[in-house]
Amino acid sequence: MSGSKKKRISTASGWQMLVLGGLLLLLPTAAQAARISELVDTDFAQRAARFFTFQDASLRDALLGSMLLGGCCGMMGAFLVVRKLALMGDSLSHAVLPGVALGFLWHLSKDPVAIFIGATLAGLLGAGTVQLLRRTTRHQEDAALGFVLAAFFSIGICLFTMIQNLPGSSKSGLDKFMFGQAAALGREDVMLLAVVAVAVTMAVTLLFKEYRVTSFDPGFARSIGLPVQALHYSLMLLLAFAIVSALQAVGIVLVSAMLVIPAAAAYLLTDRLSLMVLLGAAFGVMAAASGAFFSFAGSNLPTGPFMVLSAAAIFAAAFLFAPRHGWLTRWWRERCQAARVRRENLLKAMYHALEQCSFITEQISVRELAERRRQTLEEMHAALRELERHGLVTVAADRSVVSFTPAGWQRACEIVRNHRLWELYLTRSAQYAADHVHDDAESVEHLLSEATVMQLEKQLNYARRDPHGKLIPGLADIQRGARVTPRDTEAGGML
Amino acid sequence: MTDLIPEFSWETVFLTPWREDVDLTIWIVATGFLVTTACGLIGHYLLLRRLALVGDAISHSILPGLVAAFAITGTTALWASMLGALVAGLVTVALIELIHRHSRIKPDAAICIVFTTLFALGVAMMSVLEAQGSIHLDADCVLYGEMTWVAIEPPLQIGGWTPVEMPGPVLRLLLLVGVLVAGIAFFYKELLLTSFDPGLARALGMRTQAWHYGLMGGLALVVVSVFESVGAILPVAMLIVPPMFAAELSDRLSIRMVWTVVHAAAAAVLGMHLAVWLNCTAAGAMVVCSSALFVLVWVGGLAVRRLRLRRVMRGGGA
Repeated sequence: MSGSKKKRISTASGWQMLVLGGLLLLLPTAAQAARISELVDTDFAQRAARFFTFQDASLRDALLGSMLLGGCCGMMGAFLVVRKLALMGDSLSHAVLPGVALGFLWHLSKDPVAIFIGATLAGLLGAGTVQLLRRTTRHQEDAALGFVLAAFFSIGICLFTMIQNLPGSSKSGLDKFMFGQAAALGREDVMLLAVVAVAVTMAVTLLFKEYRVTSFDPGFARSIGLPVQALHYSLMLLLAFAIVSALQAVGIVLVSAMLVIPAAAAYLLTDRLSLMVLLGAAFGVMAAASGAFFSFAGSNLPTGPFMVLSAAAIFAAAFLFAPRHGWLTRWWRERCQAARVRRENLLKAMYHALEQCSFITEQISVRELAERRRQTLEEMHAALRELERHGLVTVAADRSVVSFTPAGWQRACEIVRNHRLWELYLTRSAQYAADHVHDDAESVEHLLSEATVMQLEKQLNYARRDPHGKLIPGLADIQRGARVTPRDTEAGGML
Repeated sequence: MTDLIPEFSWETVFLTPWREDVDLTIWIVATGFLVTTACGLIGHYLLLRRLALVGDAISHSILPGLVAAFAITGTTALWASMLGALVAGLVTVALIELIHRHSRIKPDAAICIVFTTLFALGVAMMSVLEAQGSIHLDADCVLYGEMTWVAIEPPLQIGGWTPVEMPGPVLRLLLLVGVLVAGIAFFYKELLLTSFDPGLARALGMRTQAWHYGLMGGLALVVVSVFESVGAILPVAMLIVPPMFAAELSDRLSIRMVWTVVHAAAAAVLGMHLAVWLNCTAAGAMVVCSSALFVLVWVGGLAVRRLRLRRVMRGGGA
C-alpha cells in the first residue's frame, strides 16, 4: 500500500505532510500553466489588459468555453431550483466521476468525446440508482442521493488514483477535472461545448411548456396525458449534459454550485419561469466569465472556485437588493410602512383631539397630544417634526400648539373614515360585537384603498355614524381642507 | 487497460500485508474502522432526521475554516484547525438559516448554495496562498484524505513519555469514538425520541432545538476529526452508507448501531485489501467496499422478499 503514495515520507504531522503533498501537486499545475502564461508573465494589470484585448487564441477558447458552460448550467439550474432538485444536481455531479475516469481510460488521453459519453452514462446510471433506491427501499430521498454521491464518487476516486499510479499516463489533464481549469480547454472542448449548449438550448426551447407544467403541477401534467416520467428522465439527461460540459472548467466538486447559484439568484428576481431561465443563463455566463478572468489574472489559479465565488456574489446582491424579494428592500419597505403607520396614527390622534372639543378650534396643544398618545413631550416633538417634514401639520413657533395643513387634514379624515367604516362593516356584515372591532380596524385602516372604501360606503348605504355613534367623515369634509371644521358635528348632531 | 488492474494473487493481496507490513496494515485498518464507526454512529441520527445531506454540507464547508485557521495562526495544531472548523460549521448553519428564512429559496437550494460557496472559498484561499508560496495544502487530501500517512505518524508523546504505542491520529480517533459511544449511550433515550418524534419530545418538555444543535455540534466534531484521514468529500459516504446498511437488517436502533460497527470492521478490512490489490487510495477503497456491502444486503433483501412472496403465492394457489 505504501507504494500507492509515491511521495516522500516524512516524520512530520499530518498537516505538514499536506504541505509536502501540495508541493508535489503543484508540479503538474505548473506544467499546465506554462502553456498559456509563457506569453504573459507579468503583473496583474498587464494580465487584465491581455484578458480584455483577447490576444491569446487559447485564452479566447477558455473564455468562450466558460461562457457556454455558464449559460448551459444556469439554464438547467432554473429547472433544478423550481423542482427542488438542487441536491440531485450535487449528487449527479459527483456521480459522473467514474464515467470521466473510464472515458479517460478509453484512449488513455483526454479525449473530450469519450469523457463526455462516459460521464453522461455515469450520470444517468446515478439518476437511475436514485430512483431504484427510492422505489425498492424505505430510505428517504436524501439518503438515496447521498448513497449515489458517495458510492459513485468513491469508485471514481479509486479509478482516479489508479490512473495516477499508471506508468506514463498523462495524468495532468485529469487533475483538472477536480477543481477546474478553464485554461485547459482546447479547441475541441470548445466545439463540444458549443454543440452541447445548442442541443440543451434547443431541447429546453422545444419542451419548455412541458417542463414548465411538469415542474409546477405534475399531477395536472399526468392528467392531461403528458409522459411525466419520460420528461423527468429527459431533464436528467440534459442535466447530465450540463454537468459534463462544466466539468473541465469548474471541476466536479463545484459543478452543483454553477447549477444552483445563478438560478437561485434569478429565482429571487422574477416569478416567470421563462424569464428565470434566461436570467439564470445570463448570470451563469457572467459568473463564468468573471471566474475565468480572476483565474487568469491571478496566474492560472483553479477556475472553478472563482466562478462559484462570482456566482455567489451575484446571488448575494440578488438576495439583498432584489426589487420584490430582496432582504434589504423588504426591510426598507417594512420600515417605510411602519413610519407611515406611525404618522397616520398621530394624525388620527390629532383628529380625535379636535373632535373631542367639537372642532371649535383648529389648534391642538402638544402637551394634550402627548398625554393622549402616552408619549413624553420630547418624543411628541420629534414625531411632529416628522409630520411637518411631510407637510401634514404646522407647528407654532413656540412649539406648544399644532394644526393641520390641508393635506394633513385630508389624510386624517381619510384614516378616521377608514377606521369607522371598517368597524361598521364588521358589526353589520360580519356580525362582530361592537366592542370587538376596534383592534381589527386599527390595522386595516392603513391598508384600505380608495376603491375598497367606495365599495364599503356603497354597501353600508353611505352611513354617517360608526357603531360607537361617532361621525364618519364624508367626502365633503375630506375635500374641504383644514379651514372649516365644525359643520360635521352640527350636521351629524341633526341626523 | 491491463496495466490498470494488476494481476490478482491471493498471496500478495491477502497474505503479504499481514506478513510483511503488519504495523502499517493494522493501523490503516484501525483508522478506517474508527472513522467509519464514528461517522456511522452519528449518521444514524442524520438518516432518521432526513438530514443526510447536511452531513455532506458541513464536511465541505469546514474547509475555509481549516485554511483560515492555518493562515492566521500559522500552525497545524489540532486546537487551531478544530476552532476554525467549528466556526466554519456555525457560519454554515447560520447562513443556511438566513437564506432559508429571509428569502423564498427552498432549504435544499439554500444548503447547496452555502456549502458550495464556502467550499469554493476554501479552495480559492488554498490556491491563492499556494500561488504566493506561503503555504502548501494538498488538494488530494481534500478529495480523499491521507489515510496511509495518518497510519505511520509517530505515537502521541507527553513530555517524552509515550502513553500508548499507536499513531497519534489513531489515538485521537479512538478517543473520538469513545466519546461518541459514551454520549450516545448516556443520551440514547433523548436522542431517539427527538429524532423519531420531535412533536412528542416537545410535548414532554424537551428542548428539541437544543438537541438538534447538540447533534450538529457532534457532527462538526466528527467531520473535523476525520478530515485528516478521509478528506472533505468521503465522510458523507461514511455518514450515510453504514446506517443504510444497518437499516436493511434491523428496525431497532440499538441493533442497527451494532450492525454499523460490524459493517465498519468489514469495510475497513476489505477496503484495505482492495487498495493493496488495485494500488489505489485506501479511504476510497473502503468506501467502495462499504457501498458494495450495502448493495449486497439491498439486492439480497429484495431477492429474499421476492422468494418469500413467491412461496406465499404458491402456497395460496395449492
